[in-house]
Amino acid sequence: MDARRMSRAVPRVRQVGFFTPNTPAQQPQPQSAAPSSESPPLSDSPASNSLSPVMIPPPRHLSDNLGGRTAAVPVPGRENSGELPTVGSYNPSESVLWLDSPPRSRIGDVELSEGAESSLGWYRRSDSAKFASSLPSGGFNLSTAKHPESVAAVEAKNPLPEQSEAQKEQASSSKPLKAKTTKAERRALQESQRAAKAASRAQANKSGTPGGASSSKPMKQPPQKKDGPPVASSIAASERIGVDWSVEKERKKDLPPPRKQFDDESRGGRAKRRSVLNQPEARNRVELFRHLPPHKNGTQLPYLGSKFFELHEKHPAVYKVGLQYLAGDLSGGNARCIAMLQAFQEAIRDYSTPPEKTLTRDLTSKIGGFVSFLIECRPLSMSMGNAIRFLKSRIARLPLTLSESEAKTTLCSDIDRFINEKIVLADKVILRHAATKIRDGDVLLTYGSSCVVEMILLYAHELGKQFRVVVVDSHPMLEGQKLLRRLLVKGLSCTYTQLNAISYVMHKVTRVFLGASSIFSNGTVYSTVGTASVAMVAHAFRVPVLVCCEAYKFHERVQLDSICFNELGDPDAISKVPGRVDVNYLDNLTDKQKENLELLNLKYDATPSDYISVIVTDYGMIPPTSVPVIVRGYRKEYLLI
Amino acid sequence: MDFQVVVLAGGNSKSLTPLVSKDVPKPLLPVANHPVLYYVLHQLEESNLKNLIVVVEGEDAGLLVGAWISGTFVDRLHVEIAAVPEDIGTAGALRAISHYLTAKDILAVSGDLVSDVSPGAVAATHRRHDAVVTATLCSVPISGSSELGSSGGKDKTKKPGRYNIIGLDPRKQFLVHIATEVEKDTRLQKHLLHAVGQMEIRSDLMDAHMYAFKRSVLQEVLDRKDTFQSLKQDVVPYLVQSQLKSQAVLSGIPQAEEDGNKKVSFPNNQVMVSQILANASTPSFHELYSMDPDGFAQTRKTHKCCAYIASSSSYCVRLNSIQAFMDINRDVTGEADHLLSDNVIGPSPKLGTKTTVGPHCMLGEGSEMGDKCQVKRSVIGRHCRIGSHVKVVNSVVMNHVTIGDGCIIQGSVICSNVQLQERVVLKDCQVGAGFVVTAGSEYKGESLARKEK
Repeated sequence: MDARRMSRAVPRVRQVGFFTPNTPAQQPQPQSAAPSSESPPLSDSPASNSLSPVMIPPPRHLSDNLGGRTAAVPVPGRENSGELPTVGSYNPSESVLWLDSPPRSRIGDVELSEGAESSLGWYRRSDSAKFASSLPSGGFNLSTAKHPESVAAVEAKNPLPEQSEAQKEQASSSKPLKAKTTKAERRALQESQRAAKAASRAQANKSGTPGGASSSKPMKQPPQKKDGPPVASSIAASERIGVDWSVEKERKKDLPPPRKQFDDESRGGRAKRRSVLNQPEARNRVELFRHLPPHKNGTQLPYLGSKFFELHEKHPAVYKVGLQYLAGDLSGGNARCIAMLQAFQEAIRDYSTPPEKTLTRDLTSKIGGFVSFLIECRPLSMSMGNAIRFLKSRIARLPLTLSESEAKTTLCSDIDRFINEKIVLADKVILRHAATKIRDGDVLLTYGSSCVVEMILLYAHELGKQFRVVVVDSHPMLEGQKLLRRLLVKGLSCTYTQLNAISYVMHKVTRVFLGASSIFSNGTVYSTVGTASVAMVAHAFRVPVLVCCEAYKFHERVQLDSICFNELGDPDAISKVPGRVDVNYLDNLTDKQKENLELLNLKYDATPSDYISVIVTDYGMIPPTSVPVIVRGYRKEYLLI
Repeated sequence: MDFQVVVLAGGNSKSLTPLVSKDVPKPLLPVANHPVLYYVLHQLEESNLKNLIVVVEGEDAGLLVGAWISGTFVDRLHVEIAAVPEDIGTAGALRAISHYLTAKDILAVSGDLVSDVSPGAVAATHRRHDAVVTATLCSVPISGSSELGSSGGKDKTKKPGRYNIIGLDPRKQFLVHIATEVEKDTRLQKHLLHAVGQMEIRSDLMDAHMYAFKRSVLQEVLDRKDTFQSLKQDVVPYLVQSQLKSQAVLSGIPQAEEDGNKKVSFPNNQVMVSQILANASTPSFHELYSMDPDGFAQTRKTHKCCAYIASSSSYCVRLNSIQAFMDINRDVTGEADHLLSDNVIGPSPKLGTKTTVGPHCMLGEGSEMGDKCQVKRSVIGRHCRIGSHVKVVNSVVMNHVTIGDGCIIQGSVICSNVQLQERVVLKDCQVGAGFVVTAGSEYKGESLARKEK
């Protein structure tokens, strides 16, 4: 990337979401624009809501460093999102990073107004978007807006990577130059914001509902604020105002509603109306993860079943796949993606354009309906999101001259090609690459059940390599046992252990092979929960960690934690041990006792790129830092095929 | 959703002899003043299934049923009536209309089923597992045995000692064994038991006769096995038994056909895709069994037989005996009144002075009752005339019945157009249509019917 863009991106990023009171960089906002345009939307935006509970004011140098590190990120997203048919005219990633601090490098009037406008645009966009999970780019926004604090957390714990040193220097060198220009101006602005904030706080106290819009965080906030000096961070101020703004609405309700991934009331209502399934109530869920959609467990199955014949618009094949997702009969990124694509293929084959409609538009909306149905059954995996995007772009790019049958066959063969090239062929290439890393006498460790890793192990075994496999598993899925069975059937020698014993087996291991659900642009690996622990232990034991992942699962999103975007599993699954009646300690609790129990069954976690030695993908073996390059190149490629 | 619904309405039923006749075939037997077929059709209509095939045994019955359906569901349902010869059984009936069946899956419902089990749920289970047959199981109604004492004398000798034995896999998803009307003992298949590992044998479940079949398999079985008469006793047990050794008979099942020639390097793409899918899904015992002991290739063909177990709160009874008829009448007016969409008491019953109608009763429109009558837990049809001092308890009185003064009717069924003269005492009797009971006679536990001319 060129130097100009880098220098622009740096200041933007490092300011988002932090409550660093004395940073002069916070203030450069035009007095007129700041409170009026930004404050109200901020209050109900998920970003500002979820910032507070994990507020960790980072030391200065860390935030600089973070800026340098993440500076590389927005570029691919920004470039590509413009090409997306689903994204509006505003670039979401860009506007998120701008959020409340227009670039300091050029503080001309033009630049400032652009910053304000873009942040507005992002909010407008988020209003019109459906829930975050339905639109990959929407989800991207949410998470990017939240990163910084978790970056800080991660960075604070980790040794600083060397690669960011240079960028850090660059950032710090460019700072005084910018700060010179309008120091007085910013000071004035800061003063005014302090005043505004104090006034709003007084108002909020008077109104008697310190909680307000978001469930419980604002209650925690005030003491935190009062400890320090009267901070005038623009976010806090706007949040205050936002609280006041929505207090009227919320005051009548006794309990504050749980936060959802879609915080807008009307949008949530719309989603509920549209949804096929009942939304289970949000009780006894862990506060920090309450924004995630609740798990739809098997009890929804009869309900969905009883509506079997009423959902005419859902194609039977799609319906079947949805049922399988819901019942948990089908899991695994690749399998779910293939099943979905095959169902779509079948639906396209049976499709006929209604009169007075064009195939391109009608089919797109139809596929959209299918997708939202599947999302209701289970949140999409990243791989599926990419596949859907591919399919939609193929539909959009169909030449108008094609007849309906031709268009349908084109689409079907496109889907076939996607499955063959992006999944099957990619897997074969990954096999070849990864097999070169297996030597005789190796002890390979794998976690859970990844289909690529399984293929690698079997392939290496067929090549005649002598190695042992350690299969690490964890409750409640116990997917490793399935893998174990298949490996043993093939005659591999295996060790089976649970995740909690990993530190004891790790010192014998020479390689760790992991699968991934997705890999983000910053190299973070998003995978089955437990993967991060395995990678960290391996890192501590200096065992190389190889992550095997097809390139179609790469995502341009940047994610630093597993909190903001995740999936909740069945909470009952972890409280019960199947087949063990003697350990049902939780069964006899009374309802009153159970009120204090919160069960958390997370499905995924994020492994920071520091713990990953190499990513084996269909483009070869790459370091985690090279992911953005592939994301960018790949995006272009699959839009063009 | 690519489902075709076949309602096997039946025709003349021997077990309901005095109640059903040429004029009133079994599908039209009124239960709480609605023909029994109404309940099935209503249930299907609620599930948005509007295209049905109704199979009736016998031409005359077909005409009657057709006339009734076209009168009742005139613009709501699209029903095709198929009349098949009598006594060919349910399987025979399906065989006869086999050429009408085109959809991927067939939902076969018995016409005498009174239930609120959603057909959609059965179909969804069927689809989810990609099963060959899905049978609906429901818990045996408790009232069936407890009310045995008051039932007709014939049933008493028949009932005890007959069980439906149903074997399920540990996850209660698949049917492993099904045997109906077991007298003494039943045979389990060793290899099935071996494959499943663990089997749950239930005798408190009843086959509700609502099946989802894969059409190709069903047609093939019906074609090959000419002797199969009944779905419940022949076809379903056959499919269940052969689920691990699908023979050439079932070669029509679209299965992932895999060649044995697996090279060391790479399997071809199709195999790989199907393997990814197979590995990702939770394997049922079928898949585990069908695998080679040493490999991944599926060498043995299997098919799945699923069970949909209705929740214990749902109501599900088949009208296949007089006792069941009584039970259903009582339940429909009582606890399971949600099955009926209209109100229980007709618009214009004329009641005399000091006449009491207890709870769980139903009075059809245009019925008249004299003074000092008592009606308890009974259904009285349309346009009945009941004199004074009449006691009707636990009984069903159909349409156009005339009951003289001072009659006492207990636990009886009185069909249409019956005339009861004064002071008749009936206990646990069935009175066939058009019968005339002379004044002052007393009957207990008898079946009265007009002699066929």
